[in-house]
Amino acid sequence: MPRLSATALHDVRFTLNGRPARVAAEPRLLATDALRHGLGLTGTHVGCEHGVCGACTILIDGVPARACLTLAVQFEGRDVRTVEGLAPSPDRLSVLQEAFRRHHALHCGFCTAGILMSVDAFLKTTPDPDEHLVREVVGGHLCRCTGYSAIVAAVLDAAAILRGDGSNV
Amino acid sequence: MRAESVAYTGQSLPRVEDAALLSGRGRFIDDLGVRPGTLEAAILRSPHAHADILSIDTSAALALPGVVAVVTGRDLAALTLPMVAGLKVNVENWPMAVERVRYVGEPVAIVVAQTRYLAEDALDAIAVDYAPKPALLDPVASIEPGAALLHDTSGGNLVSDRRFSYGDPEGAFAAAERVFEITVRYPRNTGAPMETFGIVADYDPHEGVYDILANFQGPFSIHTVLARTLKVPGNRLRMRMPPDSGGSFGVKQGVAPYAALIAVAARIAGRPVKWIEDRLEHLVGAVAATNRVTTLRAAVTAEGRITALDFDQIEDCGAYPRAPEPATLYRMHGNMTGAYDIANVAIRNRVALTNKAPTGLVRGFGGPQVYFALERLVQSIAVGLGRDPLDVIHRNLIPAGAFPYRTATGALYDSGDFPAAVETAAGAGRYAELAARRDKARAEGRRYGIGLAAVVEPSVSNMGYITAVLTPQERAKAGPKNGAQASATVSIDPTGTVSVTTASTPQGQGHRTVLAQVVADVFGLAPSDVRVICELDTGKDAWSIASGNYSSRFAAAVAGAAHMAATRLRDRLARVAAAQFQAQAGDISFADGKIVAVGGASAPFARISALSHWSPGVLPEGVEQTIRETAFWTPPELTAPDAADLVNSSLCHGFIFDMCGVEVDEVSGAVRIDRYVTMHDCGRVLHPGMVEGQIRGAFAQALGASFFEELAYAEDGAFLTGTFADYLLPTATEVPDLDILHLETPSPFTPLGAKGVGEGNCMSTPVCIANAVADALGVADITLPLTPARVAALVERPEPAPPEGAGATAKPAGRPGDRTLRGEGSAFVPAPREQVWATLLDADALASIIPGCHGVKKLSPTHFTADVTLGIGPVKGRYKADVMLSDLDAPNAATLSGNVSGALGTGGGAGRVTLTEAEGGTRVAYVYEAAVGGKVAAIGGRLLDGAAKAIIGQFFAALARRAAPDRAGLFARLLGMLTGGHK
Amino acid sequence: MKPAAFDFVRAETLEEALETLASHGGDARVIAGGQSLLPMLNMRLAKPAVLVDIMGLPALRAIRREGDAIVVPAGVRQAELLASAEIAAQPLLAAALPFLGHYQTRSRGTVCGSAAHADPSAEIPLCLVALGGEVRLRTRRKARRVKAADFFTGMMTTAKADDEMIEAVAFPVAQPGSAYAFKEYSRRHGDFAIVGCAARVASDAIDLAVCGVADTPERRSFPRLAGSALDDALNAFAWALDARDDLHASARLRRDLVRAMGRAVIEEAERCLA
Ligand code: FES
Ligand code: FES
Repeated sequence: MPRLSATALHDVRFTLNGRPARVAAEPRLLATDALRHGLGLTGTHVGCEHGVCGACTILIDGVPARACLTLAVQFEGRDVRTVEGLAPSPDRLSVLQEAFRRHHALHCGFCTAGILMSVDAFLKTTPDPDEHLVREVVGGHLCRCTGYSAIVAAVLDAAAILRGDGSNV
Repeated sequence: MRAESVAYTGQSLPRVEDAALLSGRGRFIDDLGVRPGTLEAAILRSPHAHADILSIDTSAALALPGVVAVVTGRDLAALTLPMVAGLKVNVENWPMAVERVRYVGEPVAIVVAQTRYLAEDALDAIAVDYAPKPALLDPVASIEPGAALLHDTSGGNLVSDRRFSYGDPEGAFAAAERVFEITVRYPRNTGAPMETFGIVADYDPHEGVYDILANFQGPFSIHTVLARTLKVPGNRLRMRMPPDSGGSFGVKQGVAPYAALIAVAARIAGRPVKWIEDRLEHLVGAVAATNRVTTLRAAVTAEGRITALDFDQIEDCGAYPRAPEPATLYRMHGNMTGAYDIANVAIRNRVALTNKAPTGLVRGFGGPQVYFALERLVQSIAVGLGRDPLDVIHRNLIPAGAFPYRTATGALYDSGDFPAAVETAAGAGRYAELAARRDKARAEGRRYGIGLAAVVEPSVSNMGYITAVLTPQERAKAGPKNGAQASATVSIDPTGTVSVTTASTPQGQGHRTVLAQVVADVFGLAPSDVRVICELDTGKDAWSIASGNYSSRFAAAVAGAAHMAATRLRDRLARVAAAQFQAQAGDISFADGKIVAVGGASAPFARISALSHWSPGVLPEGVEQTIRETAFWTPPELTAPDAADLVNSSLCHGFIFDMCGVEVDEVSGAVRIDRYVTMHDCGRVLHPGMVEGQIRGAFAQALGASFFEELAYAEDGAFLTGTFADYLLPTATEVPDLDILHLETPSPFTPLGAKGVGEGNCMSTPVCIANAVADALGVADITLPLTPARVAALVERPEPAPPEGAGATAKPAGRPGDRTLRGEGSAFVPAPREQVWATLLDADALASIIPGCHGVKKLSPTHFTADVTLGIGPVKGRYKADVMLSDLDAPNAATLSGNVSGALGTGGGAGRVTLTEAEGGTRVAYVYEAAVGGKVAAIGGRLLDGAAKAIIGQFFAALARRAAPDRAGLFARLLGMLTGGHK
Repeated sequence: MKPAAFDFVRAETLEEALETLASHGGDARVIAGGQSLLPMLNMRLAKPAVLVDIMGLPALRAIRREGDAIVVPAGVRQAELLASAEIAAQPLLAAALPFLGHYQTRSRGTVCGSAAHADPSAEIPLCLVALGGEVRLRTRRKARRVKAADFFTGMMTTAKADDEMIEAVAFPVAQPGSAYAFKEYSRRHGDFAIVGCAARVASDAIDLAVCGVADTPERRSFPRLAGSALDDALNAFAWALDARDDLHASARLRRDLVRAMGRAVIEEAERCLA
């Protein structure tokens, strides 16, 4: 039975944004710290470390997860996606990211990565959501800057484009 | 010179900031990486609101792996001076407790270790011995004569008391047809940016230089405070800001005291030290807005014209008057009359210290507190006179032609047309529709109300306004303070491209985009041709005390300074081009990336702009280099407060008129916003998308203040809202849509005609909603936040009585803030009373039945200390306990009291136990009161009652077991009885 | 806010998990979704010596139907139950689960984890008590089944012994001739309920369960009352729950909500029945 001792570093192997990754972690190392400081992916932010703000939201096996409520050792063998993996290439933005830019759906951008990850997963299973549903999903995040309306508009716009309904900018 | 073509300013361009932020490439302070060898800090914080520190034992912490240093208040005091306050008072303002703690969450020690994990391990190992003192939480009580002192040297908790009189308020009140009065208590809340504080500090012992990287937002007047505290000259304190900052809303001004702490920790550790504040720390101790008690009176004519106002404001600045406080109280001083033309004003401003966290800048800064009183009063005047509130507002608005308008208290309002703004908002059938919706709802028996609010939003603070806290004589002695220096630098590199830096510290407002727009227009370039860098470095950049990002000064002041610097460079470039083209400078224009002369000669911008680098010899006589220009701009209107205490506290004055309709469910206390209209005049709009974003953001934050947010304290000073599950921010499901309207009257006082806009709804919206709820329920006394329980309690409805014989009763409603846990119960113990008594009275026996008790030290037969492990569910902690028996009445009754303290917090309580003989044994009855403080109270509030109940239940079960140890199955039976018999 | 140190056991069999619990007692804790446990670890409210990860046990991941019960083993996430075919058999669950936390926490949090946490305001314990469900516990040596009403013993405390783990919870499926309804009131969407109500109405009976008021979810059964008789029954229930004041609501508001929402939820179920 694999028992990882508290004081030792353990090699954790997983898939990160489509590529194999590994990080050395004590059992207590939070996934946020492993991603940000262990692997240098600082796009995943930390706003509360108790699971409420949503800034740290990533995808594990395709579904949203609060990285601050995840231990790095729980990444073992999983498929992990972060905001760094959203864009199709380093100099381009995804449809969702572009919609956020068009709608001024971010100010400081601290909350943004988490929201993008949630919505990215959500639109895959719910391509044609109504505003109410979008508000509920975005409601799992705190944004102190925008007042949310622009975020909701951006999500609905991105959904329409992804469905092929064209932009309603 | 041709007027510049305004191609970009005023347009909602996509922001240059966004691509990086959207793809995870932002550079916030914790994203930057640090020098190898940098250590991490964690801060031990006080669980007590008020206590003397008897001793701090750091030896066990220092012995832990990875720990490099532990810094206490005494270590700090040896290397620093107390921080200066914004007022003259004999109080030692330390950023970490020295000898005494004065609020829950106050830093007590800093652990510096290899990782934050190891540093937090060591926090648990520091033993602090406290002697708690009574806590003062209510500002009104704390300034009463005879109240215990927070600071022994201050001569009282009332640290400032100033009276002001403008015009003839006494005469106006004496002549008044009606006088209205209102008393309001504005709660404590905070900006709660999503990114917390962060600092990386280093000290060079040879040069004596502190280098501090921090997500500080200014004002950089605080740089002088920090340099003095750290005992270095200004040029030996280098402060640097990261490129991105995750929101601030004023709050990151409060980074400063922590910058001093971490700087000293780095000096002691001899290595760079990094500290990222966590959310619990942020909520308990970062920065709170002031809570304020205001009594406001108005002298009013029978028609509703206000002829005089009389403010009595008691400001609660928490435990230390930390610079720039009491600025919250004076920021609005020039515009205390709001949007109204009122000639006579009396003001009494008092500043109280209490055992709460220190206060500071929070979006709205003084506005919410003032307008809550003023606009609630305007509504009460309307109700009292039987008039429409809109009519009372109209009657008192400053007339359209009156600008620039000097208020009674000294502000010079720059521009506006308030009546037109109100008419536009209320017009187009909007107000009539609200009234119709109210009529319809009321006809159907629903509770619907309309709220209005008219406010003036000040921006670009006068650095001198805070000196209004001093008397004119004190000010004369100290010398005048005034102005609002803004600075910007525009430079051209050898390839001829343009860069801009400013002494601003954006936290998401899109400054880089707006500066690129403004500067691009000056040079006839595209915004994408201009590169803007906002990472203020006090070691290299042009800055001054007003630098930073606060008081909504960016659009009005900083963008204007950049425009000035660019214009100066452009004018020189025009002369250079004129020489090249053999033309007159006045015939040169800049457009589409070219510099063009009237005759048709033209050259690409870069050809001319780079000449200063490559061939300075071709510059015409008398034309200086075109490489770099720094502009400083301060408006002449911002003069120092004068001998009559007239204070022009801000340069710009925007106007907001809000109007809303709400429906209240009187059972659940839920308030639904049916319609919300907000009208803004913020002068010239530089980027409509960003202005809308600021309005929506402020509106959401104001909804938080209206319905959800309060930094709550118990009566004993315990802090109760330490997590985002207790301090509630609105989410997307709580923020309704909003109608935004604009009227533009450009400011004549700012280079671009712009005014601030980001704070206004924090001032107007809470009171607009309060007015609507008051209207819906027909009540006068509204306190924020409007929680469901509070709203429901505003409606007097008799409650159905408990059924006969159920034994249930309505417990007397606790006083607000009273978090004492009370309980009573009884248990049957199948043992003779004498035996139960003997068990109670035997310290060893007693210790053995206290749940989780070990390591007993007997101080007397009825007094012992012990270690106890207490827990409920997964929440377990080790505590030191002090247990005593008193008021012995053998064998009938005794009082059992105890205190516990540990890493999770503190607790104390007392219970009276009575023993009566009963059939086959003894009935043990008890009543208790207990209070819990520290971390566990702040983060586990909803657990506490249950925890106390469970632990007390365990205690009596154990007592029964001990007193009658030979009865099988007793434990289970007793537990059953306890649960059943417990009330 | 970083956890204290602990060992981490990736259990590969149920026996290994139970063995670890048996040898460490109260110092070991099961981690599944982690949505309740991790905040406590981060705040150091809990400092277990060992965590036992059970998410690698395939047997615990599959929802199954056992006769009249939907059996949800310990590895099933809340979102998986919500998306499952089995949930159609119990409309109360389908109505209540969308209120449980947020989209982003349901995707990780497990159904059994919520039961183990025993928050007095939580939806899963409410549904278990409302439906008369059961909690299946297991130690290295023996398995037992505890009725939901007996499982929740107090605020965040349960009848689970330190060496036991929840293997599964079982929700009875809808009874023929019964209709179900759920409502909750919270300060913000996704917050713990100030009051939550779940009702079952059949031709001759009403079951009403309430969370957020007493230390545990509580259920009462009445005959098919209406009018003032129903008011009286609801009033008696409201008082019997011994509501308290806290930061988020007052005792009075909670009683008012039990009376008003209790009636509304019963009426909604009655409409479904009709
Ligand atoms: S940091 Fe993870 S939810 Fe806030
Ligand atoms: S954009 Fe700043 S918190 Fe959302």
